Amino acid sequence: MAPINWHTFYFLLFALTAGVFAVAVAVTSNVVRMAFYLVLCLSATAGLFFLAGADFVGAMQIMIYVGGTLVLLIFGVMLTAQGPFISMKTRSGEWVLGLLAGGSLLAILISAAVGVRAWRPVELEEHSPQARVTASRLGMGLLGARVDQLDQSDKTLRAGMSGYLFPFEIISVHLLVVLIGAAYLARPKKRMRPGEETQA
Amino acid sequence: MSLLLVPLVKIAIILFGVMTAAAYFVLLERRVAAWVQDRRGPNRVGIPGTNIRLFGLGQPLADGLKMILKEEYTPAHVDRGLYLLAPLVMMSAALAVFAVIPCGSTLPPIPALGLQEPIAMLVAPSFDVGMIYVFALSSIAVYGVILGGWASNSKYSFLGGLRSSAQLIAYELPLGLGLLGVVLATGSLRLDAIVAEQANTGVWFALSQPLGMLIFMISAFAEAARLPFDLPECEQELVGGYHTEYAGMKLVVFLTAEFIHMITASFLISILFLGGWHFWGLTGNAETPITWTLAAIRVGVLFAKVFAVIFFFMMVRWSWPRFRYDQLLALAWKVLLPLGLLNLVVLAILIEVQHPQVAGGWLDERFGAGRAVVSWLPGWLLLVLAFMLVAWLRPIMTDNRPRTDVDLLDSPLQE
Repeated sequence: MAPINWHTFYFLLFALTAGVFAVAVAVTSNVVRMAFYLVLCLSATAGLFFLAGADFVGAMQIMIYVGGTLVLLIFGVMLTAQGPFISMKTRSGEWVLGLLAGGSLLAILISAAVGVRAWRPVELEEHSPQARVTASRLGMGLLGARVDQLDQSDKTLRAGMSGYLFPFEIISVHLLVVLIGAAYLARPKKRMRPGEETQA
Repeated sequence: MSLLLVPLVKIAIILFGVMTAAAYFVLLERRVAAWVQDRRGPNRVGIPGTNIRLFGLGQPLADGLKMILKEEYTPAHVDRGLYLLAPLVMMSAALAVFAVIPCGSTLPPIPALGLQEPIAMLVAPSFDVGMIYVFALSSIAVYGVILGGWASNSKYSFLGGLRSSAQLIAYELPLGLGLLGVVLATGSLRLDAIVAEQANTGVWFALSQPLGMLIFMISAFAEAARLPFDLPECEQELVGGYHTEYAGMKLVVFLTAEFIHMITASFLISILFLGGWHFWGLTGNAETPITWTLAAIRVGVLFAKVFAVIFFFMMVRWSWPRFRYDQLLALAWKVLLPLGLLNLVVLAILIEVQHPQVAGGWLDERFGAGRAVVSWLPGWLLLVLAFMLVAWLRPIMTDNRPRTDVDLLDSPLQE
């Protein structure tokens, strides 16, 4: 009996889970079930990231999409529910539109995937668990130092590879502004006395 | 072979240990409750068939047996698939967290079994983003509650699920902000690296970042849904909250998972802020060569701290009344979140200033051995400042009189 290639086994497992539940999301008409299938699909994708050695991306995938976005989605569904179990009716026109949009994206993805020339098996020795630590390199990149690009000799090219500090900062500050703005909108409003001017 | 065997043994030990600990902490909780309320508590069940009572140590076994033998009742109106899945989601998320939580430092190598390297007392020692993993799993545990509440198709369960999801989302932010100070000071997201940093400097983060610890602790209480924040269950208002419609083993799974959340929170507080396995003059620092005695002492120190934090959790449960729901959310968004941001900004500036190339060298020259105290001082000043700010701004109305600062005429409650 040949030894089982666990890497391939887990890849197939996660990929199949992600694919099957992605289809289930599209097929089911119950909104909460749909959200739960999406949870499974995204978690399986995170599993693929872990398998590829991208711990940080995998953990972030679970934390942001599964833990943040989808909880908000379910929360919204539960708050706006009218009946006991909500189900959605999809008209045939929407099916056609959805198939067109999804199908064209799928065609692009498949052509891109088939176009990759280097389909070769992974050499496991190169990718031992110790060599796969990506978090610190990612963190350095976000802080403005691309440690993987230090051997770039061309000065002009190097300037363009100075890391992702600027976009990262913009996004962070933007989110903080949104947070403070939300708190400002939700503040208790002063009761207006008669004759008083309206204040913003 | 040992590559596969060692993690399996570790997983088995942790699963067995955590489940047993959860059962016996339930007993401890009931005994502490009885002690606080001047009762005796469960003290009769000992060894069956004899008169030996053993302070009631047989009680968890008897409770477990009772729950297993109970009728597995499923109401007819539930959404069956999700109803069955919800307790499993919650339990697996609660247990999976322990993959990155170190239960000590390391064990010396055992050459007889072919283990030449020191053994980390941690299931996933090469995992680099431990804290993010903990956060990711704690957000998955929310699904257990939401799905359980929704799939039960009952008003009490549904309200419990709603409350819980809002509470957990709100408190995850200050939890992260309280933690970020520690990550800044350590420069790593690994729990064992955080402990090693505290052991090497000899300064627990509870001493240098008291405000961060306060924020983290309050948020951890809320994430574990312990008493001042146990609104998802809230017996007086919601019968049992999100698990009202559950019975038998499924209920036990929910309750055990909640207890495991408390144990996880205690481990995190001990490791992040109370120095983990480190104790001055007893355990050495991270570079001390490991022996069996030293490993045992370190495990003992860590578990003593965890036990103390759990005891504190239990004392809080019987000392504080429950928050009202608006107060709960106001505490998260209006108090803990701004304080967390303040804490993070001040700590970032302090850590930068105390860097050897900025003012650290000057501080070393000037204060020498007293340097540690000087570096704690700003943290405590910050705590006092935060306390005074909260007291002055008074964002939570603690009395139940009608509020005069809000225009109630516009609110939907009046229609």
